[in-house]
Amino acid sequence: MKQSKRTPISLLVLTLLGLWMLVSAPAIDTTIKISTDSDIFKIAEFGLNAQLVSAIAFAFQLLATGYSSFFVLVRKHKTPRFVVLVFGLALVVEIMILLFAGKTMTITSLLQGSLALAVPLIFGSLAGVLSERVGVVNIAIEGQLLAGAFISALVASLSANMYLGLIGAIIAGALVSWVLAVFSIKYIVDQIIVGVVLNVLVVGVTNFLFSTLMVSNLTVFNQPPRFEKILIPLLGQIPVIGPVLFNQTLIVYLMYLSVAGIWFALFKTRWGLRLRAVGEYPKAADTVGIKVFRTRYISVIIGGAFAGLGGAFFTLGQVGSFGKEMTNGAGYIALAALIFGRWNPIYAAFAGLLFGFAQNLQYGLAIIGSPVPSEFLLMLPYALTVIAVAGLVGKVTGPAASGKAYIKS
Amino acid sequence: MKLELRGITKRFGTMTANDHVNLIAEPGQIHCLVGENGAGKSTLMNVIFGLYQADGGEILIDDKLVKFSGPGDAMAAGIGMVHQHFMLIPVFTVAENVILGHEPTKFGTVLDIKKARERVLDISKRFGFEVDPDALVGDLPVGVQQRVEIIKALMSDAQILIFDEPTAVLTPQETDELMVIMKQLRDEGKSIVFITHKLREVKEVADKITVIRLGKVVGEAKPTASANELASMMVGREVDLDVNKAAAKPGKPLFKVAGLSAWDHAGSKVLDDINFEIHEGEILVIAGVQGNGQTELTEAIIGMHGKTIGSIELDGRELIGKNVKQVLDLGVGFVPEDRTEDGLVADFTIAENLMLDRSDRKPFVKGLNLQLDFLKKFAAEKIAEYDVRAQGIESKASQLSGGNQQKVVLARELSRELRLLVASQPTRGLDVGSIEFVHEKIVATRDSGIPVLIVATELDEAAQLGDRIAVMYRGKIVGIVPSDTPRATLGQMMAGISA
Repeated sequence: MKQSKRTPISLLVLTLLGLWMLVSAPAIDTTIKISTDSDIFKIAEFGLNAQLVSAIAFAFQLLATGYSSFFVLVRKHKTPRFVVLVFGLALVVEIMILLFAGKTMTITSLLQGSLALAVPLIFGSLAGVLSERVGVVNIAIEGQLLAGAFISALVASLSANMYLGLIGAIIAGALVSWVLAVFSIKYIVDQIIVGVVLNVLVVGVTNFLFSTLMVSNLTVFNQPPRFEKILIPLLGQIPVIGPVLFNQTLIVYLMYLSVAGIWFALFKTRWGLRLRAVGEYPKAADTVGIKVFRTRYISVIIGGAFAGLGGAFFTLGQVGSFGKEMTNGAGYIALAALIFGRWNPIYAAFAGLLFGFAQNLQYGLAIIGSPVPSEFLLMLPYALTVIAVAGLVGKVTGPAASGKAYIKS
Repeated sequence: MKLELRGITKRFGTMTANDHVNLIAEPGQIHCLVGENGAGKSTLMNVIFGLYQADGGEILIDDKLVKFSGPGDAMAAGIGMVHQHFMLIPVFTVAENVILGHEPTKFGTVLDIKKARERVLDISKRFGFEVDPDALVGDLPVGVQQRVEIIKALMSDAQILIFDEPTAVLTPQETDELMVIMKQLRDEGKSIVFITHKLREVKEVADKITVIRLGKVVGEAKPTASANELASMMVGREVDLDVNKAAAKPGKPLFKVAGLSAWDHAGSKVLDDINFEIHEGEILVIAGVQGNGQTELTEAIIGMHGKTIGSIELDGRELIGKNVKQVLDLGVGFVPEDRTEDGLVADFTIAENLMLDRSDRKPFVKGLNLQLDFLKKFAAEKIAEYDVRAQGIESKASQLSGGNQQKVVLARELSRELRLLVASQPTRGLDVGSIEFVHEKIVATRDSGIPVLIVATELDEAAQLGDRIAVMYRGKIVGIVPSDTPRATLGQMMAGISA
């Protein structure tokens, strides 16, 4: 009873937000820019009346809320998934059009920025998927990302080879994961505590090494070569999609492959079936001769390797050098993306994109000089996370044995 | 294949769970291993299956010495096990569960679900199971889940099959069907080890019986041995399995339930228009397979269930709308089905557990002070009266055996001024001696004129203890019948067919 009413109530609350925005919407145009210079064909800039668009968007929100209430109250049935999706889209459109009212919204660069922010989130959530699906809660994603970022910068600088940096990042992430695995699998320490401690530890170690080692000679220790963007012919020239998805660095292409690959491995291969079995009911796996501990170690460590890659994206793909605590909480957002994505790599990737988009909004708005206070915008991704996870996703059940140590008698 | 155990010994710390156990299971035979809870049956099977390593003794298959370092080895050697707690993953499909551990693959790693499905259907057809390979295991009824467990054991072409208390979760019909399957497997030449403490089943299928007590084999019995003989061997003294009670002398109806319906959190109906009455001096047993609303019914009575409509009347007073404390204060005694979870606080002493429900009143509390002297005296009395075997009143509840824990719960509940006793599966997991004791206490409560409501999942207990039996199925009462109703009729009612 309680559970199924949650969706319409959440939608209703958000509809009120939509209404408030509609009332305060100015009657001016927002300019939308879609094409970039490299596109095969061009779409001209055009203006949209902010008031009109928010009115339409609000109508959709009303419809979705009404439909959801009808389903829950009359049909006694769960709200269909697409209704929530429609509502979300309408709300986002309304927020966007108002934030950019009287300004120019460059869709391509907004999305490019979103993807860039989403890459570490997605790698991080993959680490979480691999770890939690096998039954180990991975709070240490943040630490794995940061370790990857630091080591990749260091190794790539010293060797002047970004590929070596990438390998270093993979090893660093895997190492942090290995520590997590040893403590949670072998020594049966509370997995949340180990994860949190690891995060703090990695922050401390990297800060220390940064201040004592890197700062002493930045050109030697912290000036790694960066991956260049590779434009994929044809695909890269499609308007919007091309420049956003197919003009990216190697790491981003690796991410696409990782998401698809991990999904396939988890759900279509023997390895994945066994891994999930261990995360659901380790004793059942044990009784058919699957080595529970080994499976857990391997999966957790591989997960860390992916998080390491995500860390390398900060330094080798984006910024071009390491900075103190540069992951800035991405590991925790990745954790939320993982839950929002129901422990499924593909859904988690979409959740990562969504969170990346929310984070990027603040930058986009800062550039055009939006009247909305930046503190409010800073809050946006986190508020979105809370609403998304608590209100709309509702009760999600992860792998049954996640977080529980397996004790062999 | 022949399975032989020689002198198997298994210790946990200072406790010897198996003490030089010998056992031979031969092809084409069903070998029953019987013993009380805690006698070491399951431990022994886990040793055979490689889940535990024996501290001594040897296992032979077809007269060849084998050593298992894990279940994988045991399965490779031809041993299959149907576990008491199903080793199935609820969110996996039947096919996925069945192939787990020896998956058919393409290209060495990609799952070949099509082949898995065919294998499931093959075995299903051979034994007349109707199992959909694509169904999620968690959505299947328990009886079907068990068939999945059997298919799983047969998948690796096991020749020695171990059934560890397989009937604990089944309806009488499902149990009968399982017996047929076991005989079928036997006739195919498999060696079957069947572990149980239900003597009716032993008598039905056993070719050979081994009795185990306190970790030791105490002897073999013929399939013709009577239930009382077997029980005496299991317990080590004369036992009488029958409940001795005089005919009920029901008075006026004191407890009335009318039009009671309830919903769970997800909004599905768990109790559907329940109506019954219990007279003073009468035991009404609610029979049925576990999970058909019995838990919710007892919760609704004591005020623990959330959304409830209808009427529950005790002595003319309405219980619905009252909270647990108010209900208990009206004289309802409650023995919950899970005594370790809901009946006792494991880390509290016996004495503390005995006063849990009266921690707010004299003579246990005066002002703000616990009356420890009184509590001591009270606890000592109760321990003596209920024959609780413990080191003293300061022993923690968690240190007691199941039977002694149940005695503490009973002592607490029966030492109040009662107008109704509600007991849910009061003898679950208890040894024969404790069962006798609990039954005596319940009958004595009835004879003192109090209406008694018992939830039972075992038909034998329902028939012996009850004056009338109400059968529940999917939240409804299928019918209320006298306790001498034939077993077959009751079994049908438990499957939802009204008498």
